[in-house]
Amino acid sequence: MQLDPTVLSRWQFAFTVTYHIIFPAFTIGLSAFIATLTGCWLFTRDERYHDLARFWTKIFAISFAMGVVSGLVLSYEFGTNWAHFSVVAGNVIGPLLAYEVLTAFFLEATFLGIMLFGHNRVPVWLHFVASIMVALGTATSAFWILSANSWMQVPAGYVIKDGIAYPDDWLKLIFNPTFPYRFAHMVIAAYLTTAVVVMAVGARLILAGRYPAHAGLMLKMGLGLALFLAPVQIWAGDEHGLATAKYQPAKLAAIEAHWDTAEVPGLVLFAWPNEKAELNDFALSIPHGASLIVTHEWDGHFEGLKQFPPEDRPPVVPVFFAFRIMVAIGFALLGLVLWGAYLWYRRKLSTDRLFLNVAALCWPLGFVAIISGWMVTEIGRQPWVATGILRTAEAASPVTGGEVAISLALFVLVYGIVFSTGIYYTNRLINAGPSPAIVHGDEALPSRPLSGATHAAQQAAQGGTLPTG
Amino acid sequence: MTIADWYLPVIWAVIIGVAVAMYVILDGFDLGLGILFPLAQEEHFRDDMMSSVAPFWDGNETWLVLGGGGMLAAFPLAYSILFSALYIPIILMLLALILRGVAFEFRWAAKPNQKYWDLAFSGGSIVAVFAQGLVLGGMLQGVTVVDGRFAGGPFDWLSLFSLMCGFGLIAGYGLLATCWLMMKTHGDVAAYARKLAPRFLIAVALFAALVSLWTPLRYQHIAERWFSTPNIFYLWPLPLATAGLGYLVWRWIEKGAEVKPFFGVIGIFLLCFLGLAISSYPYLVPPSVDVWQAAAAPASQKFMLAGVVVLLPLILLYTGFVYWTFRGKLGPGESYH
Repeated sequence: MQLDPTVLSRWQFAFTVTYHIIFPAFTIGLSAFIATLTGCWLFTRDERYHDLARFWTKIFAISFAMGVVSGLVLSYEFGTNWAHFSVVAGNVIGPLLAYEVLTAFFLEATFLGIMLFGHNRVPVWLHFVASIMVALGTATSAFWILSANSWMQVPAGYVIKDGIAYPDDWLKLIFNPTFPYRFAHMVIAAYLTTAVVVMAVGARLILAGRYPAHAGLMLKMGLGLALFLAPVQIWAGDEHGLATAKYQPAKLAAIEAHWDTAEVPGLVLFAWPNEKAELNDFALSIPHGASLIVTHEWDGHFEGLKQFPPEDRPPVVPVFFAFRIMVAIGFALLGLVLWGAYLWYRRKLSTDRLFLNVAALCWPLGFVAIISGWMVTEIGRQPWVATGILRTAEAASPVTGGEVAISLALFVLVYGIVFSTGIYYTNRLINAGPSPAIVHGDEALPSRPLSGATHAAQQAAQGGTLPTG
Repeated sequence: MTIADWYLPVIWAVIIGVAVAMYVILDGFDLGLGILFPLAQEEHFRDDMMSSVAPFWDGNETWLVLGGGGMLAAFPLAYSILFSALYIPIILMLLALILRGVAFEFRWAAKPNQKYWDLAFSGGSIVAVFAQGLVLGGMLQGVTVVDGRFAGGPFDWLSLFSLMCGFGLIAGYGLLATCWLMMKTHGDVAAYARKLAPRFLIAVALFAALVSLWTPLRYQHIAERWFSTPNIFYLWPLPLATAGLGYLVWRWIEKGAEVKPFFGVIGIFLLCFLGLAISSYPYLVPPSVDVWQAAAAPASQKFMLAGVVVLLPLILLYTGFVYWTFRGKLGPGESYH
């Protein structure tokens, strides 16, 4: 059997980047949340904020470590697996990534040391500054990487000489047409996802009857932010969709599973897009729906897939379904936060067990939506790696299929171990709650002589048993 | 070629060189701790080792991202050729770095059942260092290039020379780590590091001598670089200085100096690095692609240079600040966690 290095490299990149995005998405949001908590504590001197900041910092440390090591892989894969892409787009993409390292990575990685371990070494205000620097670093990183990604989607500000892209206008190149939409959509997604996680953790601890004062605060902070962000995100997504219609019509047609330009596009709720027959099987759609959404007109038209030669179309099925999963989650979250807001208004937020149970289960939804959204955008970019400049089929490195097959298998193995362990420890930390051991740190490590006493004190304080994770 | 066209790639080669040197020194000592891990007699040795680098390792590893990302940005052709040619050792390094990187957090979370994460940290560090040596060796010995693309096989990098570079780097990082521990820890951990240090120093001296003899004997152009006139008149102090510094470090270790050995070893690393750079110049992908052929568009290099001029000093400043914040020795039983 001949192993195709391009196909395997696509799987490997898809796997490693999907795994990676989970952590930056979470740490972008969480670093901002921790900075906010620290700031609230400085202003109000309410100790709950301080306890929560310490608690979430522990969780942040685990996520950040997984983000760093899985991100490192990506910056090398452009060379190991996508050598020809690096040659063709290196002049343009390279500087954006270099700026990401210079402005973001060093900032976050360096100040992280102070944020995690500096409590006894620096004044409180400086610790606050460090947490702001980390939050700033994570958001700046999103700025550059989304600029680079958006350029690959809709290139601008460049010229082609001998098949290689050269920068022509840096401003146009960095602020390429779809970049503002993607950047906004992604950063809001990161904050919303984190808000939902915080809300879910609050709900979980309330249900368990542990640290109710802290848990209630988390529930309200998470819900409050999500209440604002969930509708904003739907609006930002709609704007992003309109930009896609304008700049990437083939992707939009795949999203809507719209084949015939002549037909007024309905909103396809469900279907199995049949790429061979160029139609939708089992379609259930709302007439005029997609026309209204995309063109904002009753009888509007946009280009159908048949308009594009088959070799220029993205795969329809995954784009179609991933988009629906993302949108469904977006509206589900909107429903959840509206429900929560209603209960909050009726002062039943901390007592309605049904809501708390649902909220506690919702923590992964934001991540699933983010991954689905990235699938829409990345698979929807196919067959191009950089639209109009280089096809994915021509971008791979001159390595053998065997090499990539083995490396892919190893990535799956190692990431599987690391991911499941990370989730396990994070979950254990969450179940422990903002306990004195976590909040006051150092002396309470199980290997330390004091730990026995602390354990006992902890148990007494909680009036319950410790989770044995 | 205009003057700017000549200088820009050279400047960028120096910047990438600085990033790699910073990486080797900074991540060198924390990777080196993984090499010392299996030799530690007591559990608290390992705790102290981890605690001594916990606030720094993330920042240290970022220099590797700058090395890789900077290479893509400044020399996309060299990046694409080298990384394809060195696919296996690079992937091996990345996987190993993942396992040892997460061990920093997981080890504490797993206590008191941290045995497997000790293994992951130690095994991951050793494999990562060895793979870096393979990358170095594979690069120095040359890569087959046809029409600007890697045209060799998946195991071209594998040779006695690259394996030796792998072992050499293990010795080097191990030495750096022992000196770090002498500087940053107290009591029995520091004493244990001082006992190990001379052995690593001897190993480093042997490997350095071996590379210095092997490369000119095997590669005509390296022999010419060093032994032709007038080069030899300028270059002879370099090996001499390295050997001299090695002797000084030996004496410092013997006399119980705490800070000097670490900086002495950094000096040795920098001199060796300079030596390798002199051997390879002007090739990024020996023996065919030089810095000018591999260079990105001048517009790209200029755009990034503006950023580097402003940001690199800033980065060095706050990196220095963090090291200063956590200055001094780790207190007995102290942990930042």
